[in-house]
Amino acid sequence: MDDFIAARSQMALSLGFHIIFSCIGMVMPFFMAVAHYYYLRTDKIVYKNITKAWSKGVAIFFATGAVSGTVLSFELGLLWPEFMKHAGPIFGMPFSLEGTAFFIEAIALGFFLYGWDRFNKWFHWVTGVIVGVSGLASGILVVAANAWMNSPAGFDFVNGEYLNVDPMKAMFNDAWFSQSLHMCIAAFAATGFAVAGVHALMIIRRQNVYFHTKSFTIAAIFGCVAAVLQPLSGDISAKDVAKRQPAKLAAMEAHFQTEKAAGLVVGGIPDEKTKEVKYGIKIPGLLSFMAHGDFNSEVTGLDKFPKENQPPVAITHYAFQIMVGLGMAMMTLSLLYFLALWKKKKWLQSDWLLKLFVAATPIGFIAVEAGWTVTEVGRQPWIIYNVMRTADAVTPMPGISYSFYMFTAMYLSLGMIVTFMLYRQIKMVDKLYDLPDGAKH
Amino acid sequence: MLYVVIIFLWTAILLYLLLGGADFGAGIIELFTSKANKIQTRKTLYEAIGPIWEANHMWLIIAIVILFVGFPTIYSTMSVYLHIPLTIMLLGIIARGTAFTFRHYDAVQDEMQDIYNPIFAYSSFITPFFLGIIAGSAVSGHIDTTAKNFMDAYIFSWLHWFSVSVGLFTVSICGFLAAVFLIGETDSAIDRKRFELKAKAFNIAAVVCGILVFISAMIEGIPLIDWVFGNIVGIIAISAATLSLILLWYLLYKGNSYFIRILAGFQVTMILLTTTYRHYPNIVILKNGGYLSLIEHSGHPKTIQALALALLIGSVFILPALFYLIYSFQKNKVDYAVD
Ligand code: HDD
Ligand code: HEM
Ligand code: HEM
Repeated sequence: MDDFIAARSQMALSLGFHIIFSCIGMVMPFFMAVAHYYYLRTDKIVYKNITKAWSKGVAIFFATGAVSGTVLSFELGLLWPEFMKHAGPIFGMPFSLEGTAFFIEAIALGFFLYGWDRFNKWFHWVTGVIVGVSGLASGILVVAANAWMNSPAGFDFVNGEYLNVDPMKAMFNDAWFSQSLHMCIAAFAATGFAVAGVHALMIIRRQNVYFHTKSFTIAAIFGCVAAVLQPLSGDISAKDVAKRQPAKLAAMEAHFQTEKAAGLVVGGIPDEKTKEVKYGIKIPGLLSFMAHGDFNSEVTGLDKFPKENQPPVAITHYAFQIMVGLGMAMMTLSLLYFLALWKKKKWLQSDWLLKLFVAATPIGFIAVEAGWTVTEVGRQPWIIYNVMRTADAVTPMPGISYSFYMFTAMYLSLGMIVTFMLYRQIKMVDKLYDLPDGAKH
Repeated sequence: MLYVVIIFLWTAILLYLLLGGADFGAGIIELFTSKANKIQTRKTLYEAIGPIWEANHMWLIIAIVILFVGFPTIYSTMSVYLHIPLTIMLLGIIARGTAFTFRHYDAVQDEMQDIYNPIFAYSSFITPFFLGIIAGSAVSGHIDTTAKNFMDAYIFSWLHWFSVSVGLFTVSICGFLAAVFLIGETDSAIDRKRFELKAKAFNIAAVVCGILVFISAMIEGIPLIDWVFGNIVGIIAISAATLSLILLWYLLYKGNSYFIRILAGFQVTMILLTTTYRHYPNIVILKNGGYLSLIEHSGHPKTIQALALALLIGSVFILPALFYLIYSFQKNKVDYAVD
């Protein structure tokens, strides 16, 4: 394997791995806080059990998220030393604040996990909320750092030198808001659907129905609210990309020729040689509207960019289609669920709705991975958009492919162990948390 | 402001060495515990480090973030030439952190424990060993930025007697810190005796490895003796550390468990002070006699200022909370199991 490709793959693998754990680490504390709150308010033991069962899961995810994050902070230098040499001091501001947020998170987690029956119960509850808030804050900050790579700001680039550095401007770059907003909502949607799906499966199997129904409801409501908001925030993102990275937008939409009243291509197989999309459905004018809010506006196509500055079209396009498709599916399911909550209570008892949720378990996370593929691959060939090429940033050390294989093996085994442990965790619910017959819930 | 950042960097490294080190050491002790006593050791260990282990490792992240934000050239040079030991250390960090959590949180306690336990114990050894190698290599003058072939650039930059002895020295320091710490964490007299013996053994190991470090420095032509004894701070620090060693053995003999912690921490602090003081502000010494300095190779002044502010503000939040965490769990140890 070519060293450059290996470095990119290793980075993508590590980030793709970390993002799953960080989403869960960001969102689960909020689910737990809700369950915990109900417990403190109603004294129903089932909510305490839910909180504890979830917190065990979270401890596993948290540790995995923390080590994979630690790895990332080294990998940035191990794989992209030239990038970090220049970018570190510019986009480092969110990272240094993130350090603070992580620290607070780790401390609060210590209080929360080990604090049952030792502290004032509301103090204990608040520590759980702090875990969530600081996790969310670190997510926002690290995405702001990534946004800087898409939309560099806070320095002047003169003759290959990075002058007049302003870390605050770099942090509040043009992309930070749309990206962080979209990411946070995505984390809630993905985690909510995944957790709801698992509990739905247990309800269908008629195991600990009471426990799993309560858990399902908390997760599903969080996930569904987020899933309804997601396309709205996605629209903000798309308009934002159209402004700051027209080449990425063109690749996302497989939009080869610049034109007015551009149509939106749904599906299809883009051919980068003939510059055509085969078998796609074209909705007239919609791309112009999505990008600029006007059906007649001109949308820049890939033809406006020299060949060496064009991102890979096929991957970006497919990834974008997957994200949007799944986003629409999640939104539809969410609307069904809300309808059930408000008008059709009977649906809640029937298996088909639950089965849909079971089927939807992984799709939020698939959409997250797809969305990041859009963002990162769509930025290519740049590591810092229009400033530094990815190929110029890579480490001079040869043999990166071996390191890539090693990390792949490591992440594969970790992924398997975590899945296995989670499976055991769920299977043990009846042993650990089941109530004797006749006991009050 | 630059000095604020440098003080934070040094403190983060020190705290990582002390707290993270004790944490690694706990795993190293487990590695060197006889089968019969392993389970008991594991329990004490978990009770002692469970609530704070995550926070202990944050110091490494703080140090690394300070390095790449404030001193990007140093970070990227080390990343390039010490790629291999850094990667091994990372694999160690992953294996250790996850194994530690898995073995405690696995809902079913069965033969999977036989997989988690050795992974935890061995990676507890490997990780600080390579941390030591990395630290040793940084100052050893073996990093050759003009090297033309793979071996010189990426292998001999870190693989030599000096760095290996520093690695072993680091491991024994970790074991020593952990043993001293664990003495005060157990209620049973038998365990206490065992940890006392371990503390003594690791203390002797640290002294032996320390001597090894000096010998290998001589072989490699590294002026370590001059760094340590060539200046008044070094002499005072190292004498204080040596004198406190005598006191420590005396207190061990007397059965004191709290004051010895302070002494052990003091000794490690003195060692770090001695080894960094003389060639401050240069933290990487290159083969061609060049060096990377915390002063000359720092980032843009505005970045340093922002970083210093972030660190100061951060510590206002972090330190009280951290102390309260440690205090709460030291005060009343009941049952740490999350059940
Ligand atoms: C649950 C996951 C999820 C779902 C359902 C969606 N997205 Fe998304 N999307 C993400 C998860 C995500 C993400 C993984 O979180 C990304 C990657 C980078 C980012 O900030 O968010 C992202 C990026 C991203 C980008 C690129 C932003 C950039 O490069 O700055 C655009 C234009 C959209 N999304 C648009 C949409 C639209 C129009 C959706 C309509 C349904 C949609 N997303 C659903
Ligand atoms: C966690 C979510 C993320 C995922 C899944 C992700 C995914 C990816 C992928 C797929 C690539 C390879 C692109 C290619 O080479 O074609 C990549 C590259 C990269 N990403 Fe991200 N990314 C994420 C977030 C971030 C963040 C937050 C940062 C930094 C602040 C970042 C920094 C980089 C760097 C430095 C590269 C290598 C250079 C490049 O290929 O442009 N990424 N990422
Ligand atoms: C969009 C991408 C990312 C998001 C949303 C994200 C978010 C998070 C969150 C919420 C955590 C808390 C751990 C948990 O609860 O499981 C975490 C951990 C961590 N992340 Fe990321 N992260 C991202 C990418 C990165 C990158 C690129 C780096 C490195 C430069 C990084 C470094 C870390 C570190 C060091 C930790 C461990 C801190 C701890 O122990 O709490 N993350 N991340």
